[in-house]
Amino acid sequence: MYQYNRDDQSLIDARVEQFRDQTQRYLAGQLSESEFLPLRLQNGLYIQRLAPMLRIAIPYGMLSSRQLRKLAHIMRYYDKGYGHISTRQNIQLNWSHLEEVPDILAELAEVQMHAIQTSGNCVRNITTDQFAGVARDEIVDPRPWCELVRQWSTFHPEFAFLPRKFKIAVSASKEDRTAVYLHDIGLLLRHNAAGEIGFKVLVGGGLGRTPVIGSVVREFLPYPHLLNYLDAILRVYNQFGRRDNRYKARIKILVRSMGTEKFTAAVEKEWQHINAPLVDEATVAKLQKHFPLPAYDRSLSDDLLNNDNTIAQDNSAFAQWMTHNVMPHRQAGYAIVNLSLKRTGMAPGDITDDQMDAIADLADEYSYGEARTTHEQNLVLADIRQSDLPALWKRLTQLHLATANIGTLHDIICCPGGDFCSLANAKSIPIAESIQRQIADMQKLYDLGDIDLNISGCMNACGHHHIGHIGILGVDKKGAEFYQVSLGGNAGFPPSVGTILGPSFAQERVPQVIESIVRLYVDQRQAGERFIETYRRIGIEPFRTHIYPQ
Amino acid sequence: MTQRIIKGRTLIPDEWRVVEKDSALIPAGERIILPLALWSTTKSREQYGVWLDSEQTADDLTATHSADLLNDIALIAINFPTHTDGRGFSTARLLRERHGYKGELRAIGAFLRDQLYYLERCGFDAFALTDKGTLEDALRYFSIFPTHYQNTADQPLFKRQGY
Ligand code: SF4
Repeated sequence: MYQYNRDDQSLIDARVEQFRDQTQRYLAGQLSESEFLPLRLQNGLYIQRLAPMLRIAIPYGMLSSRQLRKLAHIMRYYDKGYGHISTRQNIQLNWSHLEEVPDILAELAEVQMHAIQTSGNCVRNITTDQFAGVARDEIVDPRPWCELVRQWSTFHPEFAFLPRKFKIAVSASKEDRTAVYLHDIGLLLRHNAAGEIGFKVLVGGGLGRTPVIGSVVREFLPYPHLLNYLDAILRVYNQFGRRDNRYKARIKILVRSMGTEKFTAAVEKEWQHINAPLVDEATVAKLQKHFPLPAYDRSLSDDLLNNDNTIAQDNSAFAQWMTHNVMPHRQAGYAIVNLSLKRTGMAPGDITDDQMDAIADLADEYSYGEARTTHEQNLVLADIRQSDLPALWKRLTQLHLATANIGTLHDIICCPGGDFCSLANAKSIPIAESIQRQIADMQKLYDLGDIDLNISGCMNACGHHHIGHIGILGVDKKGAEFYQVSLGGNAGFPPSVGTILGPSFAQERVPQVIESIVRLYVDQRQAGERFIETYRRIGIEPFRTHIYPQ
Repeated sequence: MTQRIIKGRTLIPDEWRVVEKDSALIPAGERIILPLALWSTTKSREQYGVWLDSEQTADDLTATHSADLLNDIALIAINFPTHTDGRGFSTARLLRERHGYKGELRAIGAFLRDQLYYLERCGFDAFALTDKGTLEDALRYFSIFPTHYQNTADQPLFKRQGY
């Protein structure tokens, strides 16, 4: 993974001191609440219901064992012994004390970590494929490009006070695992007919109040122009994005009001002025060196994974885990192992300090000292020798991290919701748990196949409810917590935004409603059809009449 | 007492007065900064300074005053109605890097000392800073970061590092 050089380190060290100064001035009354607000947000610090929440960046989702141990220490020493993995390659701490945040940031800086631009109206941390470098369907390793964009976006002097937050994702594989179409800018790495590397550029996607699928502003941008083109897009947005109404301030609204064509023309015109390419082959080659492949044993073959059929027929817990949590790897003889943070009884995406320490040990022992976080709020050990899988499984089982439910209805994406978040209309964590308990039988669960179920506690959509095959949104109905269900959203290719099923439900009804929905799917599905495929074939009406009989 | 501003990272006395945006009257005297609309009605533009509000772009200025003549203007100021309104950062870069403006570029309004570093990187060289704290202490905020990644008028860090 990327190792900081002297300049990188000096910058994050300076950032810590800057924030220490700002915090002291705020506490001394020299910075008002509203003056301090954007400064703390740009260091990942929200004020939540009960305590400040600190959002820490995990660039490209990758964590070294040293970083894992540091996070465990921070969770133990400064917080309440656990953290929450977000959908965008962050980890969130829910119980930080403002006075201690500068110290936390200083501890993070010791291991090349930070909370820079993880919130606020600025360019947020760049996200990419959680399986970068190990996925079989990868076209190009996206991480060197992400690093280039990270540097460009970090403390960009012109774009630190945008109309609204700005999220960029880079997707570089045949399947999309980054929700690239739902970002302010989505970059699809690809080759053109001549075999040159470049980007399909999408702009104006996003979730929130008004979910929008991004528009293509350029089919192919040759890579030397990447940073200038980003500058051009951001400059148009910074000047002309709306600032009078925060609900209309995202770039998607600007793209929509100008129309994609006019918006594109404005970007291209701006870009013509600044299109001297900044990046060349030498730059790329040097950046690539920061993401070397681990020293794989290249004499191995896919023995264990090739026995797919025997494993699928075996009902043992190990076989179930192999089927659901272990994925094929680019390198023969290795496997990608998902560590489920969706065990019933734990808030989805939550992880304890002790688990974190233990994962650091496992990473050192089995996976070249690295682990990753995923968009689905799980963790991954990405480079496991297939012959180590049985031993690893035993260890993960002891840590309660081997629940064999990756990709299933239990693998719920869920925001912190009303238990923590001051913006929430409703709780989301108990909803996730009640659904897991409703469909508790694992055989039934497996029979449902892969279903994305996403839950947000309010319109801000941190739980990505719009793009869940099944989405649940917390709404406020005369002071009571209700839940609106939508169907047919999809984060990967082809992306789609869910359709609202109908009037919202009281909390106690939600699990039954979800069960009825998946029952109808089971009744209606054709052989081999996943939930989303059946939905696309039959549409929302059968579900409506099933759930709301006249 | 004369006001002071920061210019070229030092404190200097300053006698320029900013005329309100909706004012139709040009006050008598020297060292007056007029809002764009009023300024564009004057004959002897060069003797006045002009200020742009955050929704006014560099193009709005060059639409009324040829870019070739920008350097004849006594000074250009850009207003920050709030510290979270970042449009002025783009306006400054465009005036400097696109239109070649070399004269005084002054930040006015509600910006914070915490923003001096970014403002200077975007081309501002004068700052009528009004936030809490002393102007003397504000000077250290220019060098809060030891280096920077991006190019503005210079090269990006990866180039300077030989990438
Ligand atoms: S979706 Fe709403 S409730 Fe959930 S974390 Fe985001 S802001 Fe809070």
